[in-house]
Amino acid sequence: MMGRTIFIDPGRCIGCQACVSACRECDSHRGKSMIHLDYTEPGMSVASLPSVCMHCEDPVAPCAEVCPADAILVTADGVVQQADTTRCIGCSNCVNACPFGIPKIDLQAKLQMKCNLCYDRTAYGLAPMCATVCPTGALFYGTLEELQAERPGVQVADSFVFGDVVVQTGVAMVVPADKVQWPVPGGLPVVEINGRDVR
Amino acid sequence: MTATDPAKAASRPVPVSIDPSIAPPGTRNFRDAGGIPADQWHADQNGETLVPTHCCFCGVQCGMYLRVDKGGKVFGVEPRNHDINRMRLCPKGINAYQQVNHPDRLTAPLMRRSRDEEFKECSWDEALDFTVSEIRRIQEAHGNDAFGLLGGASLFSEKTYLVGKFARVALKSKHVDYNGRLCMVSAAGANKLAFGIDRAGNPFSDILLTDCLLIAGSNVGECFPVMTQYLWGARDRGASLIVIDPRETAIARTADIHVAIKPGTDSAFFNAVLNVVIAEGLTDEAYIAANTTGWEEVKKTVAAYPPSRSAEICGVPASQIVQVARVFAGADKAMAWHARGIEHHSQGVENCLSVINLCVATGHIGKPGAGYGTITGQGNGQGGREHGQKSDLLPGGRSITNPEHRKQICQIWGIEESELPGAGTSMMEMVWQMQRGEIRGLIGICNNPFVSLPNYAVVKDGYDTAEFHAQFDFFLSETAANAHVVFPVTTWAEDEGVMANAEARVVKHNKAQEPPAGVRTDTWVICELARRLGAGKHFDFPGSREVFEELRVASAGTVNDYYGITYDRLDETGGIAWPCPSTEHPGTPRLFEDGRTYHPDGKIHMQVVEWHPPMDAYTEEYPLSLTTGRTVAHFLSGNQTRRLGALVEQTPRPWVEVHPSHGFRNGDPVRVVTRRGSEVFPALVTEAIRPDTVFIPYHWPVPTSANALTIDALDPRSKIPEYKVCAARIEAAERVDEVPAPPTPPGREAYPETQVSRTDPLPPTSPQGRGTAERS
Repeated sequence: MMGRTIFIDPGRCIGCQACVSACRECDSHRGKSMIHLDYTEPGMSVASLPSVCMHCEDPVAPCAEVCPADAILVTADGVVQQADTTRCIGCSNCVNACPFGIPKIDLQAKLQMKCNLCYDRTAYGLAPMCATVCPTGALFYGTLEELQAERPGVQVADSFVFGDVVVQTGVAMVVPADKVQWPVPGGLPVVEINGRDVR
Repeated sequence: MTATDPAKAASRPVPVSIDPSIAPPGTRNFRDAGGIPADQWHADQNGETLVPTHCCFCGVQCGMYLRVDKGGKVFGVEPRNHDINRMRLCPKGINAYQQVNHPDRLTAPLMRRSRDEEFKECSWDEALDFTVSEIRRIQEAHGNDAFGLLGGASLFSEKTYLVGKFARVALKSKHVDYNGRLCMVSAAGANKLAFGIDRAGNPFSDILLTDCLLIAGSNVGECFPVMTQYLWGARDRGASLIVIDPRETAIARTADIHVAIKPGTDSAFFNAVLNVVIAEGLTDEAYIAANTTGWEEVKKTVAAYPPSRSAEICGVPASQIVQVARVFAGADKAMAWHARGIEHHSQGVENCLSVINLCVATGHIGKPGAGYGTITGQGNGQGGREHGQKSDLLPGGRSITNPEHRKQICQIWGIEESELPGAGTSMMEMVWQMQRGEIRGLIGICNNPFVSLPNYAVVKDGYDTAEFHAQFDFFLSETAANAHVVFPVTTWAEDEGVMANAEARVVKHNKAQEPPAGVRTDTWVICELARRLGAGKHFDFPGSREVFEELRVASAGTVNDYYGITYDRLDETGGIAWPCPSTEHPGTPRLFEDGRTYHPDGKIHMQVVEWHPPMDAYTEEYPLSLTTGRTVAHFLSGNQTRRLGALVEQTPRPWVEVHPSHGFRNGDPVRVVTRRGSEVFPALVTEAIRPDTVFIPYHWPVPTSANALTIDALDPRSKIPEYKVCAARIEAAERVDEVPAPPTPPGREAYPETQVSRTDPLPPTSPQGRGTAERS
């Protein structure tokens, strides 16, 4: 890890959905958002968490691996692109394969759509729309060094454990400083459930 | 009208910071990341241009670019690296451009001779002539003061200046006020009393320098989301965050101290904090002695508020009061920011004064990273009252009752002093006067009191009683639907002008597209009405630029001095904070750095504050506090945001937030009853609210209107309504009332895709995810 990428800091998320609205403005999928907002403790707290494509690195993008039409391109700089519209057959294999629940299928068009890290912007050195507008920095775009320069002591994790499988991702998540050595379980930085340590 | 060429505007220099050494976090690297700078990125694509301007909504006034296609139409938004927001935008800002060419836009004047008739589209001449004949008829029969004018704080400052001048010079009526009366006038009153100047003491960038930030009565995460980056910037430096709020909002969730205070008890809390500060010897006696008056009386008063007493009043642990005192007073530099949560009260001014007393007594004032601020709700809530739109003020913040001030302004306007009316009454009082038949005609500009004023039944009755009502708007609001004449006017993207944000930084909005055919600027309509009323020589303004030149001169030498601010300087700098007395002056982002205030003696006048209970008494029948507020997806009365698909989808309907202890389940229909009436909302069951308090967002009209239930009690000094607390009870109901769609203009189909109405009592979709699942 890791060049210029997105860092997700759930502790800063205020649930405003500016990222969701901004994603709709992207020229490559105008009107449709490729981000959704999760609520981690509904009814108990206002805590929320934006979900973007994690751009899996190892194993290389499960969505791309299972695609029967070879429609999902992974670029040399690790960006997992949305499906090539001339190849995608809308079979939903990628939806089932993704451990983070990211790709969406446009059922009418029979096309897969997902976050492509705003390749049309990042290729020019701009931040993706979501991270550009995020009012709190819950979505940050840059290098780990840039993040740590602005947020002294911040630690991130880029490995996630799903049962026996560990997935290494291009997008990383801010975690408590003493948890950085642990893979994040189930895609969320859960360390305690009902007072029980589940690391 | 002076048009701004979009291509020329796009090629203007990139705005520079007031203080370039300070940049909010997470933003520093966007511009030097290589590649094409953001502001040039789209400039040559498909003939598209980017017009630099600002958001039309809240008092943060984020910079943004409007994307304009080669046909000259606004079709999108692009983040802008402006000093205020550094590319950040909230969902309202991102979706704002969609209202510019929205199918619901009014494009021809609407008229009817009585409320029994349907609206018919008519020519501009017919609408203007009918309005002028009604003004004449009413004023000849009942006197000049029988006709009133209500302005708005979303108008550019040039237009608010014109509203005040039109009322006094063309209508010759004392009855003019504006909807900023519902916004931050309590803070304004308190600041005026204490410091002699009505604005925040520090710029947003000072938040990054503070060691302790106290936020009182402000749901920053939802109401001013872009300000949150400054909060986190401070916390990254190690600053502590204290949040005073009855609800656990998104920022309260992560605060070092969250004081979940009972609504309507804020001054008891701050008095107790000051009591502890004094008891623990944490006051800055040298600062107090050199710079203040009134300290001894304040000290005596707060002695009666030991933590034990206030803890009982406020419903919070006494230990928290002590903790807040130690953290705030013990910090090297501390700041307090507040908003409507402490201002919307029958003692709103006193609440703000109690915060000021705390800042002053601890010496946290007038320094980088130390001071106070009030977070303006409306885009021009600050600028909207600075130049004479408020009932008691003349341009430059002059008092309408001060003979010297009256003389000055009459000279500028070229009228006799005897012609200038005296002080009028406030917005809510004007509605009461309409009910009593004292005000018989009204023009409303850019406001929607049918949703935004408290006690809807009284408001409706007042407007229905008026013999004539005209409204300026670009959508048919609930209030415009009651009018006799509706003038279709421009949006913020179709005209140029200035607004002052919550920091008192004056920023310039630029014109991005020509208005649709049939639509005129508010400036044109006001000047045309004045001409037909025989006052044309005082209203010879081709556009905003000419009005601004008169406004600059009219403000020269006052506390609210705009003289040094010009359109060209605003384009070059990205904003200048007033006072700015000369064109060489850099503006005044931070006040009182030399220790002097704007009172003649240069001192801070500390004011005694005694807590008193809210106006609506709790009884066995009404045991709970009802409090109201905003959601992140909607703005004020919702006239603009309730038409934008993405925002409607995000928050389609209101809800009532209740604590699990009441036994409701999510989505249950709950009737909320107050002394004004009752309405049914779906329950949003959450532990993020006090058990003795319920919350309803206020952006919707009846039958799901929070303001059908709130009380029209006013603060005696600021005349702000007590929106944030009234006595209520809740009970189970059978079904939830339907969310009404916004009124549709005559001759147009409804646009179902832009307005989602739910009739089934589904669990509400909250932007905050509160209560979106069953509790186990």
